[in-house]
Amino acid sequence: MSIGLLGKKLGMTRVYDDKGRITTATVIEAGGNRILQVKNTEKDGYNAIQVGFGDQKAQRVSKAQTGHFAKSSSTAKKFIREFRLAEGETAPESVDLGLGTFEVGQWVDVIGQSKGKGFQGVVKKHNFAGQPASHGSMMHRRNGAIGNRSTPGRVWKNMGMPGHMGDERVTVQNLRVLQVREEDGVILVSGAIPGAKGTNVIVRPAKKKKAPAKS
Amino acid sequence: MSIIDKIESEQLKKEIPAFNVGDTVKVHTRVIEGDKERIQVYSGIVIGRKGTGINSNFTVRRVSYGEGVERVFPLHSPRIAKIEIERHGEVRRAKLNYLRSRKGKSATTVKEKSPQSRA
Repeated sequence: MSIGLLGKKLGMTRVYDDKGRITTATVIEAGGNRILQVKNTEKDGYNAIQVGFGDQKAQRVSKAQTGHFAKSSSTAKKFIREFRLAEGETAPESVDLGLGTFEVGQWVDVIGQSKGKGFQGVVKKHNFAGQPASHGSMMHRRNGAIGNRSTPGRVWKNMGMPGHMGDERVTVQNLRVLQVREEDGVILVSGAIPGAKGTNVIVRPAKKKKAPAKS
Repeated sequence: MSIIDKIESEQLKKEIPAFNVGDTVKVHTRVIEGDKERIQVYSGIVIGRKGTGINSNFTVRRVSYGEGVERVFPLHSPRIAKIEIERHGEVRRAKLNYLRSRKGKSATTVKEKSPQSRA
């Protein structure tokens, strides 16, 4: 995987492009990314860079972590993730990862923690149809049958049942970078991304859509 | 000012003529055909305004060849070259949806605002 950026979802808006078309956009704060450690095959068994984002009060960090930040003479960071380097890819020379990592028109994937929905039934959670509302039906939003008889004599794996929904890691693929605003430390991507405002997100070059978009 | 407000305010048009519901307007829209761009004029009565900031729209209704046509324009769209006000109308509602059920002359005319009340 090539290098991406860590960021924070700030909110959504709409932007006009050069042809006057309007696009919904999510604003992601991604300024101040910093490389904390470069991992290599000899020492760590794989090639990666460890990136930190978002300043943290020094008093909130354990001594072990303080030492780790001091090694790269960085301030304490809140959100730390790794980006694996592809074969032959080398870590950038500068410790600061600027917004220049992305260019306008590029396709990216955004990974975040989705909004928690609590304990939900099967109609909301698994898009079950439910049962009739009327005509004497006394069963409305239940899951219904969950299996057969003595063959197989058990419930299949992955059977949709009620339970906790949301608050999980979600990847949204193939979003277009609409703007890269160095002076504000934000990038704008097309469409929606997982999570509430303030959620930490990972923005990486799209895995499936390689070529820069021609608008 | 938050960054989102900043992004939105950058896209707002500086000069938008003051028009209201009931006014008869000519909307000059940029139409792109192939690689050529030309201006197309759409005129009619403003029957509603909606939204704030970058999300503000207005609806223009006209009767074209006996068929009612309504177009919704984003107020700050760069595809709108100019909004020309022909007449100021005097109306008592925010949305002129009652024009839809009218026929003939009454469907296309709104009482003109007298010069005194405009001030």
